[in-house]
Amino acid sequence: MITKIQEAKVLRTFSKGGVHPAEQKLSADKAIEKAGLPKQVSIPIAQHIGAPSTPVVKKKDQVKAGDVIAQSQGFVSSNIHSSVSGTVAKIDQVIDASGFRKPCAVINVEGDEWADGIDTSADLIRDITLSAEEIRQKVLEAGIVGMGGATFPSHVKLSVPEGKEVDTLIINGVECEPYLTSDHRVMLERAEEMLVGIRILMRALGVEKALIGVEHNKPDAIAHLKNMVEGEEGMEVYGLKVKYPQGGEKQLIQALLDREVPSGGLPLDVGVVVHNVGTALAVYEAVQKNKPLIERVVTVTGKSLAKPANLLVRIGTPVKDLIEAAGGLPEDTGKVVSGGPMMGKALQTLDVPVVKGTSGILVIPEKEAKRTPEMHCIRCSRCVTVCPMGLEPYLLKQLAQQERYEELEEQSVLDCIECGSCSFTCPAHLPLLDYIRLGKSHVNQIIRNRKSK
Amino acid sequence: MNNKVLTVSPSPHVYENTTVRKLMYGVVIALLPTLAWSVMTFGIGAIIVTLVSVVSCILFEYLIQKFLLKRQPTISDGSALVTGLLLAFNVPANLPVGIIIIGALVSIGIGKMSFGGLGTNPFNPALVGRVFLLISFPAQMTSWPIPKGFNTGYVDAQTGATPLGLLQEKGEATVSQVMESAPSYSDLFYGQMSGSLGEMAGFVLIIGLIILLYLRIISWHIPVSIILSTGIFTGILWLADPTQYADPLFHILTGGLLLGAIFMATDYVSSPMVPKAMWIYGVGIGLLTVIIRVFGSYPEGVSFAILVMNAFVPLLNRYIKPRRFGEEVQDGQ
Repeated sequence: MITKIQEAKVLRTFSKGGVHPAEQKLSADKAIEKAGLPKQVSIPIAQHIGAPSTPVVKKKDQVKAGDVIAQSQGFVSSNIHSSVSGTVAKIDQVIDASGFRKPCAVINVEGDEWADGIDTSADLIRDITLSAEEIRQKVLEAGIVGMGGATFPSHVKLSVPEGKEVDTLIINGVECEPYLTSDHRVMLERAEEMLVGIRILMRALGVEKALIGVEHNKPDAIAHLKNMVEGEEGMEVYGLKVKYPQGGEKQLIQALLDREVPSGGLPLDVGVVVHNVGTALAVYEAVQKNKPLIERVVTVTGKSLAKPANLLVRIGTPVKDLIEAAGGLPEDTGKVVSGGPMMGKALQTLDVPVVKGTSGILVIPEKEAKRTPEMHCIRCSRCVTVCPMGLEPYLLKQLAQQERYEELEEQSVLDCIECGSCSFTCPAHLPLLDYIRLGKSHVNQIIRNRKSK
Repeated sequence: MNNKVLTVSPSPHVYENTTVRKLMYGVVIALLPTLAWSVMTFGIGAIIVTLVSVVSCILFEYLIQKFLLKRQPTISDGSALVTGLLLAFNVPANLPVGIIIIGALVSIGIGKMSFGGLGTNPFNPALVGRVFLLISFPAQMTSWPIPKGFNTGYVDAQTGATPLGLLQEKGEATVSQVMESAPSYSDLFYGQMSGSLGEMAGFVLIIGLIILLYLRIISWHIPVSIILSTGIFTGILWLADPTQYADPLFHILTGGLLLGAIFMATDYVSSPMVPKAMWIYGVGIGLLTVIIRVFGSYPEGVSFAILVMNAFVPLLNRYIKPRRFGEEVQDGQ
């Protein structure tokens, strides 16, 4: 056991702010289970940041698992594949996690036939035969996006632009969101494949060094990975102090390398590319097994849930199927969140499909689902203390409320990573992040207008 | 299963278990050791003054909110209780009831409610009340009971000068001559001297500071910067001429310095938001305190120093910004 004092000395972390929400990793010791096939899937044809893809199937088309159903458009975009075999019922508007209706391919599941060329065996293939360019192509074709939740197309992050130099790949196994355990389980159960995936990512980027960052509340994963990377050249595993939002890209880079991504910049600006552990696994499957991203591990959890679980789920499966598999929706349910409790999105309906960025489904009991009435700000400065970006949330909220957007921009509102630490800690229960988000969207709009002039 | 009505709200979906009320009652807990010690030092007077102050602060807040502002009274948030305790701590333990009630009315009515209530008052309400009383009732506010435990008595208590008062009136005498009649350091530390109800005993105030820090109610910046800067400024004077100026430890342990640094200057609403600004604020309070004590006509200056620096807080908040993550490195670095 590492004592608190030793922990503070030994373990790295980011320097500014941060909070300690209760960890609640209820499903940490639950092995990944294959979820049963759903009757119907709704696969959104845009599951990533960037240009939406164009559907290439129509009603009544027969598809197999792994067939492309929507083609990527432009560089920052991604392919979408069918996750099941069956018949396309319709291309329809379906409510997704954002609460808006989005075009989806609705497919009736018939059997479980996979497209030709996909290696569905469990054999580990270590030898990497493809070149960097071929790897990028493969990642693009397989529709891989950041699986930590940001869903940025991965092949873009593997293409280092002219004039930039990357020396380190960071693998994000922090999983700092309370409740979520999908990355934890992947690191424990799929480490070998993940490490090959990391090797592939290193080749694509042309780097010699890969650092895997894992928070210290997963000692088994740290020990396991440390064991596995023994003899793997250039790979190192680091245990990190438990502090939210350590899994934020900028925070993780600072924790591991003591480099600060400049305001408005990208990890590339400090010679780093960050990928999530789930993404590394998906890259392995795409490059070595020819398998596109059509399923992922999703944590289904909640205090009242009968059987919290980590499920391997086909993309497009409705959330209600997952909750059913975890023991059904508890009586006292007040809110269902896609993602973790700090940054996840509350769902309107349980028909919302699982997408590539769905890391967890969290069922929150009624008594914790509603916000407490807000009071007046008492200027306690807790929000300033916890902000990992060095911002002043109380001021940003005030400026956003008063529609003072120019000042909002001057006060670096766009640096906000929306981690929610300010709202989390506020003793007056002020909806700080709500207003900051609103302010950000206005400021972004103003900047776009300025550019277009 | 789909008939269930789900709550939809933006993230985050979990909250820290902090409330304004918890923070305020945390301050009350931190004040309790000092209160207990004051009762043991000043007896019945400490009890009467504290009770009257607390009850009238809460009552005035209730009456003003209910009948003048016509709002839902918020006395249960604990902030009026804290103001009442702090006002009591800042007056002599033999202060007549009527004067305390006036002090409470000024604290709550003028110091807090006239600006809009909790969260909007630019000055520490208890200090507004205290300074009002000091100017309006200088005789009663500067007749300090001599501590004799439970036998001290109330308005009939024997009174004596505070250590800083002795220093102020020394005239041609040297500091060391004054020090002979002043209490020893251990008396100062344990509060065996004349002074306001809650200001005299260093050790209980430091216990309060530890409680505040442990409960994460305040950060260390303001108390440390005030105590450190007072020590440094008086230390410079003392080193320059030990016959004319008292030593830093004497200045730190006397008057309301510790009470001010730990409980008064750290008032959330009237203190800065950013550590850098807290340092400027704290050093400003230290400097002003020393100037008033050493060169001014009042023996004690912590209250004035805090009120003056309170006035600078909006400016500090506006111009002193935390270092942003990823901010461009300035020239010369």
